[in-house]
Amino acid sequence: MPTLNINGKNTAVDADDSTPILWALRDTLGMTGTKFGCGQALCGACTVHLNDSPVRSCITPISAAVGQKITTIEAVTTTDKVGKAVHAAWVKHDVAQCGYCQSGQIMSATALLQGKKKPTDADIDAAMAGNVCRCGTYVRIRAAIHDAAKSLA
Amino acid sequence: MHFDAHTARNHMPKGLLALMDQAQDAINTEAGAASTDGVARRTFLKAAAASGFALGAYPLVVTAQGAGAAAPAGLKAFEQPSAFVRIDTDGTVTVTINRLDFGQGVQTGLPMILAEELDADWAKVRSVHGDANPAYVDPAFGMHLTGGSNALKNSYTQYRELGARTRAMLVSAAAAQWGVDASALRTNAGFVVGPGGKKLGYGALAEAAMQQPVPEKVTLKDPKQFRIIGKPTTRLDAQAKSSGQQDYGIDVRLPGMLTAVVARPPVFGARIKTLDDTAAKAIKGVKAVLRVPTDRGGEGVAIIASGYWPGKQARDALKVEWDTAAVAKADSTQLLAQYRDLAGKPGAVAMQADMGPMATAPHKISAEFVFPYLAHAPMEPLNCTVKIDGTAGTERAELWMGTQMPGLDAMAAAKVLGMPPQNIKVHTQMAGGGFGRRAIPTSDYVVEACGVAKAARAAGITAPVRTLWSREDDIKGGYYRPMHVHRAEIGFDAQGNILAWDHTIVGQSIVKGSPFEAFMVKNGVDATAVEGMKEPYNVPMKLSVHHPDVNVPVLWWRSVGSTHTAYAMETLIDDVARATKQDPVAYRLRLMGDKHPRHVAALQLAVAQSGYGKKKLAAGRAWGVAVHESFSSVVAYVVEASVGKDGTPKLHTVTAGVHCNLAVNPKSVEAQVQGGALMGLSMCLPGAAITLKDGVVEQSNFGDFAVPRITDMPQVAVHIVPSAEPPTGMGEPGLPPLAPAFANAVARLTGKTPRELPFKLA
Repeated sequence: MPTLNINGKNTAVDADDSTPILWALRDTLGMTGTKFGCGQALCGACTVHLNDSPVRSCITPISAAVGQKITTIEAVTTTDKVGKAVHAAWVKHDVAQCGYCQSGQIMSATALLQGKKKPTDADIDAAMAGNVCRCGTYVRIRAAIHDAAKSLA
Repeated sequence: MHFDAHTARNHMPKGLLALMDQAQDAINTEAGAASTDGVARRTFLKAAAASGFALGAYPLVVTAQGAGAAAPAGLKAFEQPSAFVRIDTDGTVTVTINRLDFGQGVQTGLPMILAEELDADWAKVRSVHGDANPAYVDPAFGMHLTGGSNALKNSYTQYRELGARTRAMLVSAAAAQWGVDASALRTNAGFVVGPGGKKLGYGALAEAAMQQPVPEKVTLKDPKQFRIIGKPTTRLDAQAKSSGQQDYGIDVRLPGMLTAVVARPPVFGARIKTLDDTAAKAIKGVKAVLRVPTDRGGEGVAIIASGYWPGKQARDALKVEWDTAAVAKADSTQLLAQYRDLAGKPGAVAMQADMGPMATAPHKISAEFVFPYLAHAPMEPLNCTVKIDGTAGTERAELWMGTQMPGLDAMAAAKVLGMPPQNIKVHTQMAGGGFGRRAIPTSDYVVEACGVAKAARAAGITAPVRTLWSREDDIKGGYYRPMHVHRAEIGFDAQGNILAWDHTIVGQSIVKGSPFEAFMVKNGVDATAVEGMKEPYNVPMKLSVHHPDVNVPVLWWRSVGSTHTAYAMETLIDDVARATKQDPVAYRLRLMGDKHPRHVAALQLAVAQSGYGKKKLAAGRAWGVAVHESFSSVVAYVVEASVGKDGTPKLHTVTAGVHCNLAVNPKSVEAQVQGGALMGLSMCLPGAAITLKDGVVEQSNFGDFAVPRITDMPQVAVHIVPSAEPPTGMGEPGLPPLAPAFANAVARLTGKTPRELPFKLA
C-alpha cells in the first residue's frame, strides 16, 4: 500500500500504483475538493501541487508521487500565504459561478504567484490557459490574480 | 429553455397539467399524512435536525409541528414561510431556494429578495436547495423547473411576500411579549425595535413567532426603501467555492457506495451483439459487469466498481461488438445536404407576410447560414447517485443529482424502478454548470442511473450506486443544441426599407416527443426554433420551418433558439445597413422606432459607454454591434474586433448595455453577462462543433470539442439600464447577441459576413 504525503501528512492509500492521484484523493481518501473534469489533462479542474508545482492529478499516477509532497485545495487556501491571498481575492472578486473548476483555477493561480510576484497578463495567460471555465469567469480570474499579487507585495 | 408568461399554467394543455399534478400528488402523499394539501397547514414548524428552535423548516424534515394557529387556507404551499425560512436562535436565517443553482446565482438572488422584506441582517443569511416538495415549484408554471431565465422573474413577488409574512410574525411575537400594538414596532436588520429603542433579535423571537398566525395579505416595501435588493452582493457560496469546500452531486459520499461506469453504444439506440467481459471482471475493485438499458432503446454495459478508476479500467477492457443495424446513422455531411435541400422547399408556416414586393425590390440579399450541433459540456461530468432501500413491494429510492426538473425526474425514476412516485426522494445537489443539459424531458441520465441501480440490485448488490460519466461520455452522449440551416432572401430599397423577408429554418424540434410538445409546438412549428426571429424589427417576414427527424438527441442549450436566430437576424440587419451605407446603430434605431424602448435604451447605453462613433479605434480593429431580446431581457453589445494575418478573427473588447428591469444583484448580472458573452464567443471558435460520421460522434473531449480559454476572453464591461420594474432574468440573455456583434465587426473588416459557425478561417 503506497504512502503519500498529502498536505503535510503521510497517508497510506489503498489503491494500485497506477491509480491517478485524482481518484486516490476523491474515491479512496474522500477528499473531494479536487475535481474531475476531463480525465485527459485538458481542463485543469484536477490541478494539485506536486512539490509546489501544478500538475494534473487525473493523469499523474500515485506511483509518481511517492516520496513527494502533494498539496491540494483543502490545504492551500488555509495554510499557504499565497494561497490565502488568492482565496481572499477570489472571494473579493466574486469569481465563482458554478464554482466547479475553481479548485483547479486557484491551484494554478497560487503556483503562478508562488513563482512570480508580479505576473503580467501574458504570464497569466501562460499559467492559466490549461484551466477551462465553462461559466466564463476569466475576466474576474485575471483581476483576482492581479489583486492577490498586489496584496502580497 | 423558453417559457414566457403566455405559457403559464393556465395556458398549459391538460396532458401536461395531469402529468405535473400526478407528480405533485405523489410527492404530497409523502409530505405528510397529516395534511391534505401537501404542506402542513400550521406554518411554523420545528425542524427535527436543527438545534434550538427554528422558524419554519421544509416539511419533509419535520417531525413535530408547532402548536400555533393555522395558516390561512388561502395560502398555497409556495406562499407559506415554513417551507422557505428557518431562523435559528443565534439569528441565522436560512432561506430555501426553489431552483437549482448551477452558477447563475439564484442561491444568492432569491435570498436577497426574501431578506429585503424580512428586514434581515444580510450577514446572517444562508441558503439551501429545496427538493421535489410541491412548495418548490415555479409559481407561474406549477412544476419544478429551473429554466428560461425565469427564477427571479417568476419568484420575485413570491419571495418578497414570504419575507414580509415572516417579518409580520416576528413583529407580532415582539408585540405580544412587550404588550404593545404591533403598529408601534419597526424592524431593522434582524431586530424588532420597540418603544424607547428596545430591541429583540429575530433569533430570540423565532420560537414565539412560530405561534403567530400567518398573515395572508402583507404590505411590501416601496422599492425606494430597498437596502439589499439592488446592491452589488457577493455570492453566498463564494467562500465555499473558493476553497474546495462546496460539494456537488459528484461529491456525494454514502456508506459503501459503488461507482458505475457505463459503456454506451457508439450509435444512439444501438444494442449489444456480443460481449466478452473476462478481462474487465479480472480488474481489482470490479464488483459486477451488467447489461443495462441505455437511452433511445439502446443497450450498454455497466461496470459496477469500488470507484471510478477501476470502473473505467474495466470499461476499457471490455470487448463489445455492437449491433447497429436497426438504428439510423446520422451523418453531418449528409444532414447538411438534406437540410439545404429542405431549406428550398415549402415548410410549416410560423409567420406570414406578402412576399409580392420581393420580385420588384431594387436590392436583394440571399443568405444561407449553417449552425452545427453543440455540446453543453458542463464542467461537472453528469452523475446520479441512487440508493434503494426496503424489501420487494415496499422499496424506496433516494436520488442525488444536480437537476433543473426534479419533479419530472422523480416521475421517470419511479417508472424505471417500478415504485410508486411517493417512494422516490430527490436530493437536488449544487451543480457544476448545466446550460440546459440538466433539464431533460427524457430524464436520460437519471433513467439510466436508475436502470443501473436496478440491475445492480437484481445482481445482489445492495449498496448505493453512483453512475458517473466521463468527459467522453458527455461529449458523445447527445442532447446537443440542434444543427440548423437558415436560408433568407431579403428585398429592400436604397434607404434600407425592407420590402420582403423570406426566411426558412431547418432543424430538429427540441420538444417533439416530450411533455412540452403539446403547448410548444403549434401548426408544426416548434416555438423554441423560431424564438428571437423578427423582433424588434417590424419587417414583412414570411418564416417557414422544417423539423426533420434525426437519430441524434437534441436539447435546449443556454438561450435555446436565440443561439441561432439572433445570429441570422442581427448579421442580416447589419448586411442591409452596410449595403445601403448606413450606420448600423442609426439603422437599428430607425427600424425600432418608439416601439421597443428597452432595446433602444440598452443599445444606446452600450453605444455611449463604448465610445462607438467617437473613439478612434486601434489600427486593424472594427466595431461590431448587435442587440437582442431573449427571455424578457435585452442585451446590446458593441465590440471591437480584428482579423489576424492568417485570417483568425479576434475579439478584443465587449461593452454591454443590459435591460433586465430591476437588477436584484448587479454583481450577478455582470457575471451572467460576462459568462453569456463567453459562451456566445464559444460558438465562433474553430473546433466548436459536434459532427457525426456513420452515426458516430466524432469529438470526444476538450481536445477536439473546443471551449474558450482565458486567452480567448475579451474585456467585458457591463452597464445596466436603471429600472425599478419587476426583474426579468439574466441567465441566458447575455449569450445571443455576442456572436453576431463579433461577426458584424469581421464583416466590416473583410467585406464578408461569416455565415457559418464556428467561423471558418479565410
